[in-house]
Parts: sequence; structure tokens; C-alpha cells
Amino acid sequence: MNGSFAIALQWSDWAQLFVQYLSLSLLSIGGAISTAPEMHRYLVAEQGWLSDAQFNASIAIAQAAPGPNVLFVALMGWHVGLNAGGMAMGLFGVLVTMVGILLPSTTLTYLTVQWGHRNRELRAVRAFKQGMAPIVIALLLATGWVLASANSHFDTEWRLWLLTVLAALVIWLTRLHLLWLLAAGALLGWLGLV
Amino acid sequence: MHLPLVDDRPRPQSLTDLFISFTLLALQGFGGVLAVVQHELVEKKRWMTREEFVEEWAVAQIMPGPNVVNLSLIIGSRYFGLPGALAALAGMLTVPLLVVLLLTMTYAQFSSHPGVAGALRGMGAVAAGLITAAGLRLLSTLKTHPLGLPISIALVLACFIAIALFRLPLAYVLPGLGLVAYVLTYRRLKP
Repeated sequence: MNGSFAIALQWSDWAQLFVQYLSLSLLSIGGAISTAPEMHRYLVAEQGWLSDAQFNASIAIAQAAPGPNVLFVALMGWHVGLNAGGMAMGLFGVLVTMVGILLPSTTLTYLTVQWGHRNRELRAVRAFKQGMAPIVIALLLATGWVLASANSHFDTEWRLWLLTVLAALVIWLTRLHLLWLLAAGALLGWLGLV
Repeated sequence: MHLPLVDDRPRPQSLTDLFISFTLLALQGFGGVLAVVQHELVEKKRWMTREEFVEEWAVAQIMPGPNVVNLSLIIGSRYFGLPGALAALAGMLTVPLLVVLLLTMTYAQFSSHPGVAGALRGMGAVAAGLITAAGLRLLSTLKTHPLGLPISIALVLACFIAIALFRLPLAYVLPGLGLVAYVLTYRRLKP
């Protein structure tokens, strides 16, 4: 791994890391990625447990790989563990960071959903679930827009935009399997056509 | 937590079915799992309607934590309570975690290959299209929205402009516009 180095971690350090992620969990509204700057401050700048290259690779790999983007957190734990003494420690790091980032938020979500279900006839609950619909739909459309406009040079990257628009239209209007489109995108990219 | 489901509606058969379904969903989710969840669970498997999906997604989005992780937990718990929540959560995370660990170990070899970089760019562009299509599809649920179509569409536009064009932080837009939408809807609903 580029940018790896050896560090010595005590049990108290692991405990501190765990507590750090427990507290970040409840701050991660809008997804765990919104707390990435804080993770960088803590892991790279303050503690020096992770190199900048490892931090960036953790995010890049998790975004390129299938699955939820929150797995970047697991990769940070993995790299911290690697630096602290190898693959077994790496797996321990995955456990510490993933349980830390997920335990508070999933518990809170589960309890809230149970409460909301018991009180589903309540006007306030119905108003929330139905009222948020336009906002939530707009967020999906905005996410698509933000992702597409990472290709900001329209004159040179218009083919990527065209691909995005075509993919959206095909999925919207047909029942084609998503994987065909992803495979087509990968192939076009591999061949240098987009 | 078992919802009173309509009898003939498709639903997951068992905890194993939930685990495998969510594993497969997660493994198809390049550049975001949400579009896949919407497409597979609503349009193909028909476990839930578009309206139900939007409602659960609103909760998943507003709670802290990764949104699709929250969503899997909510959907799992809908059918099999806490065991269902855990099965769906485990499906969403276990195999994808192994995949990213394997990728990490080989990252140095493949990251600089021009074909790989190009393929990732192409898949990224498609992923942007997939999430947009999910949003376009769900627009149809607004036809029966308590606020009526014109006001719902106005809220969609306001939120889209704030996030996509002005790039305002979600932490302001979500509570701000969310509160407006909530209060307007609350007043329309019968007590």
C-alpha cells in the first residue's frame, strides 16, 4: 500500500478511536461521507495514524466498488490496523470503526421507526412521511446532477453527459436491467469512447 | 414490527431471502445503492409501492447514519422485526465489505491502468443517470400528494435548485425546506 508506515497503538488508542466513531455516527446526517473531513482531521492531522494517501485511497476505492459508500470507514480502520501491525490488526480496525460508525445511528433509526410505526395514525407522523416526499425526490434528482457535473468541462466531456442522459432515459422508460447499463458504461470508458 | 400487508403482495420469504436480496442489491450498486434498491424492490420484486418507498426513504434520509444502511434496516424490520433488520443490514454490508478489502489489497496494481480509470469514469456517468431515473420515476407519486401537484412540484424545484445549482449544504436545506413541506402537509391532513 502506498503511504503505509508503522505506528504503535495501545488498547487505550483503540478505545479512543472507537469512541470517536461512536460520536461521529450521530453527526452523520446525510450519510457518513459528510463526516469525512472530521475523520481526516482526527486520523491524519491529529493522531497521525493514517497517511493522506491511505485516507484518499479509502474513499476512492469505496466509491468505485459496489456497495454502500460507508465502507470507506471500514477501509480507514483497515489501514490504521495495517499500520499498527498487519492484517489481523487490520480486521480488528474494520470491526472497531464499522461498529463505531453504525451502532448509534442504526439503533436510533430502529427505535425511531418502531415508534413511528406504533404511532402511524398520528397526524404528525403522517405529515412527516408524506410531506417529505417532494424534498426527498428532489434530493435524488440533485444527486444525479451533482454526480454528472463532476464532469464540468462540457466542451470536452459532453459524451459523458450524453451517456448520463441516455442511461437516465433508458432506466426511466424501460425495464432493462441496471447491470447492462453499468457494463455498457464501463466498456465505453475502457475503450476510451467517453 | 409487522405491517398489515395486503395478502397477495409479494414479500421476502425468509431471513435468508432478505439477506441474499440485499447482498445482490449492494453488489449491483456501483456509484450508489439507492437507485438499485428502488429499481429492484419497487419496480421488479414489488415488495413495496413507490409511495411507500418514498416514505421510508424520507425517514432513512433524515436519520443519522448512512442512508441506504438505514433504508435496508427499515425495510428488513417491516417484514421480520429486529431479526429482519439485522438480516438486511448484514446483507447490505458483509459481502461488499469483503469485496472492498480485496480491491484495497490490489489497488496499487490497477489504479494507474488507463482502461480501469476510463471504465470507472463511464460507470460513474451511468450511475448519475440511474439515480436521476429513480427520482424521475418517483415524481409520479406526487400526483396523489396531499399538497397537490403544483405545490409539490414547486417544493421539488426549490430543493433541486438549492442543492444542485447553488450547492447549499444539506444540513441547512433539509431541515429548512423539510420544515416548510411538513407544516404545509400537516395543515392539509385531517386530524
